[in-house]
Amino acid sequence: MAGLMAGFGHYTHAVVRGIPASLAKEALRTSQAEVDLTRARTEHEAYVEVLRTRLGLGVVELPADESLPDCVFVEDAAVVCGETALITRPGAESRRRETEVMKEALKDLNLNIVEMTDENATLDGGDVLFTGREFFVGLSKRTNQRGAEILADAFKDYAVSTVPVLEGLHLKSFCSMGGPGLIIIGSSEPAQKALKIMQQMSDHRYDKLTVPDDIAANCVYMNLPNKGHVLLHCTAEEFPESVKVFEKLKDHMLIPVSNMEKVKVDGALTCCSVLISKNPNI
Amino acid sequence: MTTEAGSETEVKEKAEESAAQPDQSETAKPESQEVANVEGGEKEKGKEKEKEGKEGKGITRYLPTWFKKQKSQTSPTKEVPATEEPVSKGVEGEEEPAPEVNGHAEEVEEKEEVKSEEVKEATQPESDSNASADTEPAKEEKVEDATAKSPEKTKDTAVGEGAEEEKKKEPEGHVEAETDGGESQTSIFQSPLRLVRKNKMKVVVCHVTLLEGTDFTCEVEQKRAKGQYLFFKVCEHLNLLEKDYFGLTYKDNHDEKCWLDPTKEIKRQIRSNNWQFAFGVKFYPPDPSQLTEDITRYLLCLQLREDVASGRLPCSFVTHALLGSYTLQAELGDHEPDQPRPLDFISQLTFAPNQNKEMEEKILELHKSHRGMTPAQADLQFLENAKKLSMYGVDLHHAKDSEGVDIMLGVCANGLLVYKDRLRINRFAWPKILKISYKRNNFYIKIRPGETEQFESTVGFKLQNHRSAKRLWKVCVENHSFFRLNAPEPPTKARFLTLGSKFRYSGRTQAQTRLASSLIDRPAPSFERTSSKRISRSLDGAPVISITEAGSETAENGRDHRLELHSDSKDLDKTQDEVLKHQASISQLKRSFMEAPPPSPPQPNQWEKRLTSSPATIRVQQHQVVSVPQTEAASADNASSETKEPAKTTEVEIEETVVIQEVSRAPKPGVVTVTADPTAAPPAEHEPQDQKVKVEEEAALAEVEEVSPVKPEKASSDSESEEEAEYHPNVPASISQSQIPEEKEEEEQMKEEEEEQQQASAPVVPSLPAEVSQPAEETSQEEEEEESKKEEMEVEEKKDDQEEKESGRETEDSTDDPMVTPEEAPEGLMVPEESAEAGPTEDLEQPKMNGEASLVEVDPRPQVICCSEPPVVKTEMVTISDTFAAQKTEIATKEVPIVHTETKTITYEAAQLDGNSDGEPGVLMTAQTITSESLCTTTTTHITKTLKGGLSETRIEKRIVITGDCDIDHDQALAQAIKEAKEQHPDMSVTRVVVHKETELAEEED
Repeated sequence: MAGLMAGFGHYTHAVVRGIPASLAKEALRTSQAEVDLTRARTEHEAYVEVLRTRLGLGVVELPADESLPDCVFVEDAAVVCGETALITRPGAESRRRETEVMKEALKDLNLNIVEMTDENATLDGGDVLFTGREFFVGLSKRTNQRGAEILADAFKDYAVSTVPVLEGLHLKSFCSMGGPGLIIIGSSEPAQKALKIMQQMSDHRYDKLTVPDDIAANCVYMNLPNKGHVLLHCTAEEFPESVKVFEKLKDHMLIPVSNMEKVKVDGALTCCSVLISKNPNI
Repeated sequence: MTTEAGSETEVKEKAEESAAQPDQSETAKPESQEVANVEGGEKEKGKEKEKEGKEGKGITRYLPTWFKKQKSQTSPTKEVPATEEPVSKGVEGEEEPAPEVNGHAEEVEEKEEVKSEEVKEATQPESDSNASADTEPAKEEKVEDATAKSPEKTKDTAVGEGAEEEKKKEPEGHVEAETDGGESQTSIFQSPLRLVRKNKMKVVVCHVTLLEGTDFTCEVEQKRAKGQYLFFKVCEHLNLLEKDYFGLTYKDNHDEKCWLDPTKEIKRQIRSNNWQFAFGVKFYPPDPSQLTEDITRYLLCLQLREDVASGRLPCSFVTHALLGSYTLQAELGDHEPDQPRPLDFISQLTFAPNQNKEMEEKILELHKSHRGMTPAQADLQFLENAKKLSMYGVDLHHAKDSEGVDIMLGVCANGLLVYKDRLRINRFAWPKILKISYKRNNFYIKIRPGETEQFESTVGFKLQNHRSAKRLWKVCVENHSFFRLNAPEPPTKARFLTLGSKFRYSGRTQAQTRLASSLIDRPAPSFERTSSKRISRSLDGAPVISITEAGSETAENGRDHRLELHSDSKDLDKTQDEVLKHQASISQLKRSFMEAPPPSPPQPNQWEKRLTSSPATIRVQQHQVVSVPQTEAASADNASSETKEPAKTTEVEIEETVVIQEVSRAPKPGVVTVTADPTAAPPAEHEPQDQKVKVEEEAALAEVEEVSPVKPEKASSDSESEEEAEYHPNVPASISQSQIPEEKEEEEQMKEEEEEQQQASAPVVPSLPAEVSQPAEETSQEEEEEESKKEEMEVEEKKDDQEEKESGRETEDSTDDPMVTPEEAPEGLMVPEESAEAGPTEDLEQPKMNGEASLVEVDPRPQVICCSEPPVVKTEMVTISDTFAAQKTEIATKEVPIVHTETKTITYEAAQLDGNSDGEPGVLMTAQTITSESLCTTTTTHITKTLKGGLSETRIEKRIVITGDCDIDHDQALAQAIKEAKEQHPDMSVTRVVVHKETELAEEED
């Protein structure tokens, strides 16, 4: 049976959510780009299809909610690790209600639900990097110390270290895991600085894979039976230089996934799903 | 040598002195001599006075005063008279002046005979009536001591040392600063209260709470039993061989849990009459699967179950369930489907702080899945999961950052962690830490500059009080030593010797214990696993203790004194910023390891004392007392305690000592006589135990006595106060640093490697910097070499200073840094180091010394010292002579209760040279001691330059201790050592070779 911290990336399920029409106009964004709703939806369907068909995950698809323009970015609403799901309190006021449906969905998956009820706490899942051995929580515009504390309380087995996010929306706007002990990191100065801090804070050793584009550093890693290491990453169309770097990962099954539209509203690859590992043995 | 030349009585005295003095390197020589004389007999008195007259007028008199931080203390008036007073007054007069020191005074007297006391009193009208009153009991003790001596000779000497120290200090009025009530063994040990009691052999019953929750009782000798005695008893009871991960705790007067120092008397530590202890895990092995025996893992499991159940080791619901299920499997075996109401049973057990039905069901469910797993396997699985918990092995301490925000500091195998609430906000891996220090309630760590940074930075934290600061510091020192070093730091280092064993880790490191464990050769002991019901044990792991204030008073008082003193000294610091900085940097260099303030000078190094006092003495001892040298050597190297215990505990060591003495005289090259004696070889065969080969190059430093270089050292030691200490984690580790793989930037590694190399080439400098003493008056040209070195050193120091100053600005951008001390940095850095030294006067005198001292440390310069490690000796060091030596026996052959130790010492020397040296005392120009340590060898080099009638003489005394298995070729090792000694100093002649070999003869039949 699986012991503690075994099987990083062994996901069995994914929770995703549809794109509301309101996303095009009302979704929060740091830039002024215009989103093509149709293309965004196409993009997202392709993404879900990869999870479901190509990777064989059990996909739970939640309906879009027009009153929640950002609801497609489910990652921010919950942090799932092992058997425990922490329902967050998103930093953006307009997104708080995204957690309601998420909570129900996770409950249905028989996860232990922990809710963040403290009104002083905010936490976006996008600021949470789980490495398999520990958590790093970015302290950003969306996530505060209190939120991080509650996360630490919810996942007591793991060290939870805080990392200041000086630029960018979330911690994972410039990094993500590319495998056990492998951190994919953007090459910008803030990204590199954050990596340094993470390395300093950790008792564990991490390899790093530096990609030229920060946003390209956001990838989805899984370790699946019969498939081994799987990495969903940006397309060559978006970030050709970064893709070249990914192609050096010989042991990974590389799956380019387009994210050209969602990125306009600060959505990255990890943002669009909550990955869950249901261990049949426990 | 002088000693030899001298009358028998003198010799004896000196010998005693030397033994006694080690700790006290700094104390003024003259006094020590006096003491000795007094002991010797009345006839001596006359001589003494004469001597004093000679010496006293000189530097000796003042130096002590200068060096010691008098300023901080109160008695300027006293001092003045003392210095001014002509020889006539006699040493004794000086000694007594300090009234506060009643306790100390008594001690001194103890050592001396009644006559001496009388003399003192007569000479010193000033002395308090108290002193005299106390004296009497002291005498009695003395006598007793004498009787008891043979078995525990070393201890006696220790006491004597303490007394002497005290004595010396008193005259200066430093007593408070140095002695630091609680710290110095002697003071406590011999405090008046106890002196009065005559029954020394009083036995007391200790109660030790074991991990299973049961109570183990054990009788120990009330006054003398050391921590290790009790600890060994407990381990024996538990049938535990891999004991280095464990320890005993007690609760101090403030109800705080403290680790019992194995090397110190229990009585002195507990400071109350509460002989309650708890056995527990002190160092959590990062990889429990590497433990050799199941019984060890079982005990670790017990500790962890308690940690988990108490909430000290937080874990999630699932983990609680998983761990609980393994516990069930280990304790109950396979799940019994027939068991009627399993849940009821389980709910009687404690698995988690907030255990509930759901969890119990989960535990039960998981338990079913472990079918077929043996108890040992279940334990291992338990540990494999527990070790991954983020708080596994993290020792938390409450603290505040610079802004007064509550944080927690966690000490663990990898370094120091900083938590705010549950969040880790910073982490300092051991390789990143250059220095750990505390001062009063402040705790500082000095951080190695990052790749992009130029300067070191210092981070400070506030602890609740100085006790907690000190406790944290000690835990850091011990954890660093245990997990990062291959071997404990060389004991010889003057600096921490003065600290007292209390301040350095004396046990085996993880590397050593692993090695030792690999030698365990016994069938797996059978033991019974108890049910988890036990967990009703108190959460702290220590039984609840009712604290009696009885014995604690004196100690407390002592502390208070210190505190006040400190604050004084602080003022000094401020006024003399410059000086301090300079000194700080110097002292930093000097102390490669930890230094604890004024704590307990007495205990640790006899070696040091000897050196400082008079090498001659040492020699004499070696000649005359065969067994003594060994003990001393051992103590010198590492195990002060070991030395003391041999008689009592089984000694497993095979020790070889080779002493090679080289004497070179500048003007006229001396005749070389090298004799080596392999005689001891046979014993080695007996057991595959450890052997020590000591190669000693001794410099005949008879003169040293007269000049008493000691003072300088004293100054340095003075600087340390109870409330502050430092530890340089990286410096010492030279060889072993990288033992635990850790992520560090490559640059760092490079640096480390460089350091290591440097250190390897240049002896790690345990040096007794102080020794260098050399009154400014007597600089001679022959020292040119040294001088130049000094200058270099100074340059370095200056750099250092700058760095320190700027360290403040260095602040890292990481916002999380708990407290980068921009402004504090300088203070923090400086203060701990020199606060004590802080005299302006010192400034004048000391720089030289410091410079040299630092030289020793930092400087790889070959000419100064060569520490060679005979290539021959490649054996692993199972044990470094230390307190735990006794353990070896147990490990190797558990069943052998009695081990006979065979000791042989053979000395060859060039008689003529010795004679010469004896003839004239000469003037000591310089003296320094360097110690280097590698896996299996410890090399202590003591270099002395003296000026005799226009001729300068340099003596190098080199002592090499080789510890290892019997497969060492002793003869070859010896030959190699001599050869190397010759090669290193081609221009010198070897005048003496002493081979000292100690072999354990294990008799299985017993």
